[in-house]
Amino acid sequence: MSTSEPARNSGLARLPEADRLAILGRLRDLVARPSARGYVMVAPPFAYALLLLAAPLAMIVAFSFWTQDYLTIDRTFTLANYRAAWTDPLYRLLMLRSLAISGVVTLGTILLAFPIAYYVSFRVPQERKALWIFLITIPFWTSYLLRVFLWKVILGYQGVLNTGLIELGIIEEPLRFILYNANAVVITLIHAWAPFAILPIFVALERIDRSLLEAAEDLGDGPIERFRRITLPLALPGVLAAALIVFIPTIGDYVTPQLVGGKDGLMIANMIQVQFGKANNWPLGAALAISAMTMVASISLVLVWLSRRVGPRQAG
Amino acid sequence: MRKHGWLGVYAVAYLVFLYAPVLLLPLFAFNDGTIIAFPLKGFSTRWFEELWQTAAVHRAVENSLYVGLATAVISTTLGIFAARAGARYAFPGKRGILGFIMLPLVLPEIIIATSLLVVLVQLGFGLSLGLVVLGHVLLCLPFSISILNASFQGFDRNLEEASQDLGESALMTFWRVTLPLVTPGIIASLLISFTISLDEFIIAFFLTGTEPTLPVYIWSQLRFTAKLPSMMALGFLLLLFSLVLLVTAEYFRRRSRARASGGDPSGGMM
Repeated sequence: MSTSEPARNSGLARLPEADRLAILGRLRDLVARPSARGYVMVAPPFAYALLLLAAPLAMIVAFSFWTQDYLTIDRTFTLANYRAAWTDPLYRLLMLRSLAISGVVTLGTILLAFPIAYYVSFRVPQERKALWIFLITIPFWTSYLLRVFLWKVILGYQGVLNTGLIELGIIEEPLRFILYNANAVVITLIHAWAPFAILPIFVALERIDRSLLEAAEDLGDGPIERFRRITLPLALPGVLAAALIVFIPTIGDYVTPQLVGGKDGLMIANMIQVQFGKANNWPLGAALAISAMTMVASISLVLVWLSRRVGPRQAG
Repeated sequence: MRKHGWLGVYAVAYLVFLYAPVLLLPLFAFNDGTIIAFPLKGFSTRWFEELWQTAAVHRAVENSLYVGLATAVISTTLGIFAARAGARYAFPGKRGILGFIMLPLVLPEIIIATSLLVVLVQLGFGLSLGLVVLGHVLLCLPFSISILNASFQGFDRNLEEASQDLGESALMTFWRVTLPLVTPGIIASLLISFTISLDEFIIAFFLTGTEPTLPVYIWSQLRFTAKLPSMMALGFLLLLFSLVLLVTAEYFRRRSRARASGGDPSGGMM
């Protein structure tokens, strides 16, 4: 081995030839193993997620235990931010309201979405299903901001809905309870999340073996019994997925409450933004964000746990 | 039959609900009035002309194109790795690793935005469009992976084996056999990531510095009543643009599925 080789400096080079070959051979086998190749393949996206998702999430958790004085961060451990987040009446109000709005939105979205998913899966002919799904998703590729803003146009005092209803003679005075409050936020969000509920439920319904329905009918079940005993339990995984997909992100919605919520419809994300912006209290903002996250995560886990318990019993 | 009828009526009513805001967009974009309210005043294209003459709109469009293109390319590249690993290899911890990469799908965007803001500012980065790209990739990656999974999962592995038997290296096999087969999936992933990035607001709102993306620009204009009609025009153009992208993406996604199922995975050597 010539002295100019860079390998000379590594520990490997100092080993006897036979050992070196054995180690290199082992390494090659290791790398050539399918599982190792799998790791190599998944490494770039995983590293990206670690660096830009895991590390930031860890950082924001750390931040929630620190304090900020204008621009300097005091890194002494403190629970003061969480104390504020959980006891301050304003934060508590915003948190509970956010949970309530998310809950109502989740329920409303699913109740409205289920019949349409059912219709497309069971009533629309096979060759036109894709078209229906496409039709359902098109409106959601408009700018999210403008979609929310247009709800303001629809629900406003002199909005499309009020002028329309007055024109038709259904009401005499414009309705005031539909804009700049929690109702407006709920209506707008139920609209915004519709496809995210329809798609998983549709997929679950599509997977139902149609012969099961015939079997139920042959055994004397009426349409309602059949729906309750076969369709609904088998659609449950889709419904649960829809619930989680709608419930979790909704709690963090910023745009909708800001545009149509008025003073009484603001949610926790608006306060988080204030803390990261004007108030310049990042640790408190972090504590609010973590608290909101923890709450939705726990509620979601309970939901999953409940569905696991309910699922097999109904299916069995 | 009666039940069918009721469900059908419901389906149509639901579609009206879904389309209500979107249908208003062209109405006000072409309306010759300065306020966003009925009754309409008559047909006009002046809001489009106003858009065309506003330099800030051009800047925002350029910024969004830059962010969208960069996001699409990075997200699709990373997505290829993940989808390939998921479809081709078994390794301990696979579900956990892939699940973690898919996590942004269910995380509230404000959590992603604030945590990125905290970490990147601590590291000394100034707010910029580059940071927006980093955040958007995180958000788009799960979509890229789902689309690419479909392409990678189905296709005939024997084609790759044949190529290697004929003496091609692993890299050349990927380049000459695998890649062409999954190209439709790649195009679909590029288009979908671009579209998502183009419309994303929260992450851009937190991470963009002085250069706004389109949604951040629109947000800043929504406060001014006088600007609203031209924002409707902008929204209408964006809708048309997104639709073209999506129809194209859908076309390629179907082709990728057709190709994937074209080769019988259980046939051949098995």
